[in-house]
Amino acid sequence: METTSQTVSPAARVIGDEHGPEAGDGRRFDTDVVFRWLVTAAGIGVLLLLGAIILVMVVGGMKAMTAFGPAFLFTSVWNPVTQHFGALAPVFGTIVTSLIGLILAVPLAFGASFWLTQMAPARVSAGVGMAVQLLAAVPSIIFGMWGFFVIVPLMAHYVQPTARHWFGHVPGLGALVQGAPFGTGLLTGGLILAVMVMPFITAVMCDVFASIPPVLKESGFGLGATRWEVMRNVILPWSRSAVVGSVVLGMGRAMGETMAVTFVIGNSNRIGWSLFAPGNTIASLIALEFPESPAGSLKLSSLMALGAILMVLSFLALAASRILLGMSKKGDGR
Amino acid sequence: MSEGNGSIRDDGWKVNSTLAMRRRLMDRLATVLSLLATSVALIALGSILFTLVVRGVGGLSLITFTHSTASPGQEGGLANAIVGSLIQTAMAILIGAPVGMMCGIYLSDYGRGWLASTTRFVSDMLLSAPSILIGLFIYQLVVVPSGQFSGLAGSLALAILALPIVVRTTEDMLRLVPISLREAGIGLGASKWRVIVFICLRAAKTGVLTGILLAVARVAGETAPLLFTSLGNLDWSVSLTRPMASLPVTIYQYAGSAFEDWVQLAWTGALLVTLGVLFINILVRIGFGRKGA
Repeated sequence: METTSQTVSPAARVIGDEHGPEAGDGRRFDTDVVFRWLVTAAGIGVLLLLGAIILVMVVGGMKAMTAFGPAFLFTSVWNPVTQHFGALAPVFGTIVTSLIGLILAVPLAFGASFWLTQMAPARVSAGVGMAVQLLAAVPSIIFGMWGFFVIVPLMAHYVQPTARHWFGHVPGLGALVQGAPFGTGLLTGGLILAVMVMPFITAVMCDVFASIPPVLKESGFGLGATRWEVMRNVILPWSRSAVVGSVVLGMGRAMGETMAVTFVIGNSNRIGWSLFAPGNTIASLIALEFPESPAGSLKLSSLMALGAILMVLSFLALAASRILLGMSKKGDGR
Repeated sequence: MSEGNGSIRDDGWKVNSTLAMRRRLMDRLATVLSLLATSVALIALGSILFTLVVRGVGGLSLITFTHSTASPGQEGGLANAIVGSLIQTAMAILIGAPVGMMCGIYLSDYGRGWLASTTRFVSDMLLSAPSILIGLFIYQLVVVPSGQFSGLAGSLALAILALPIVVRTTEDMLRLVPISLREAGIGLGASKWRVIVFICLRAAKTGVLTGILLAVARVAGETAPLLFTSLGNLDWSVSLTRPMASLPVTIYQYAGSAFEDWVQLAWTGALLVTLGVLFINILVRIGFGRKGA
């Protein structure tokens, strides 16, 4: 809005200059129509792009789908020798790592956005907020290397032995911590995902919390409520759907994350209780197995079918988050 | 609070005091926990940067920038990867930015009804779609028919990733242009496209540029889509029709290798990519004062 004053004059001048000689030009109307079609075509092109992506995945995965039928979804075998492939293990890994990531990231993101929007002095909040957003900008492969060289040794030497020592004999919990201390596995994958999606969720939550009408908060404070009480009883109920939307958005991001998880997941196709056992996600399996999957092979087709499943999963999550976030935006008007 | 009235004033005061104490403790606890949560993010960022600098700086030398990747033991650098990354990112922006801007113009000025809202929805969807699927898509669409991995295919995949970022910022920025500016243009007799291109886009120049820079930052660090499209190349090659190296893919290939000098190169490459990406982000956020997508 501050650009208005600067740009009125040059923009008007351009129009003024070019308007003169072209005023009587009969082609002007045509250019307008052409331009209109051009931008509409770009819009429709983007629309078709998503359809094309889904179509290509489904067509590519057709061979595997017909070869294995619905059983493809429910078998956890991944055996290139016998040419038998199933989607269950990577789907399981995707959902488990994303859930672990969310369970860790949501409280962190909530705390961070609470602090950034309600407590920190404006200047500190701007600086720290920027640092948190920079974390979101770090490429995922860097998270992968960091996870592999920093987090994995930590998990192998400290976290896993400690967890086993304390919980290994507790019935129920014990199953979660079994396995050799490799350091890689579902929990490590979830941990890296948590660090990666936390800034995304924080950014959305900060926007939501900052958009609360100040008078609502002030009436809370006026009644003598503490900051936490205002957060719990005023801000959270007011922005509930948007907060859930931000969490689902984080879920969508976490499920599609590839490189970071590929480094630390351990690449093993199995389903089990242990959080420390190596696993696989859809994305990491595609990245790891693709080099050994020649074009036209059943294996490649299985990977494409997995891609289609991932597309559906993340599409559902992203659509849900958009609807939830949109709901709160409509509420703004009232 | 109701029991505080009447004769047992002392008792009531006591009840309120423990209540007040509890409320204050709760508030303190929430404050401390949220501060802790914030610091976790800062510690993670700090740890990543620290690790990158400590492990990566050692490999920074002139050779890194002048030599291509070589077999272990030989003097190798990252020249082919750096140039490959630059070419593919530039191509991706050259393809993605104009289309994205046109789509943004459509959404802000022409789009009406379900078609526009669906397009906006789909563009938002693409913004967070798993990048690995974009890679598979281009693999099936370009690499398989053409029979080989190529820099062009990599650029196309990255262009699809850049597209929705540009769409979103262009639309948002065009919407911020005050209606009076448009009216002024139309009042002067300018046609609609002239008003949009020469007045609105000019007024929204900084914002649109921000979007393009953010797209550059996003695309430059992408690895997954390139694995299926430009594949990576250990030799120097700037041909768009052949496999092309890029920094992220080289990092991926070298980070897990058993050779110390390759791992060193991976860290140096990682340091370069991260510094570049963060530099663009800081520039955008401080220079243009925008929070970003």
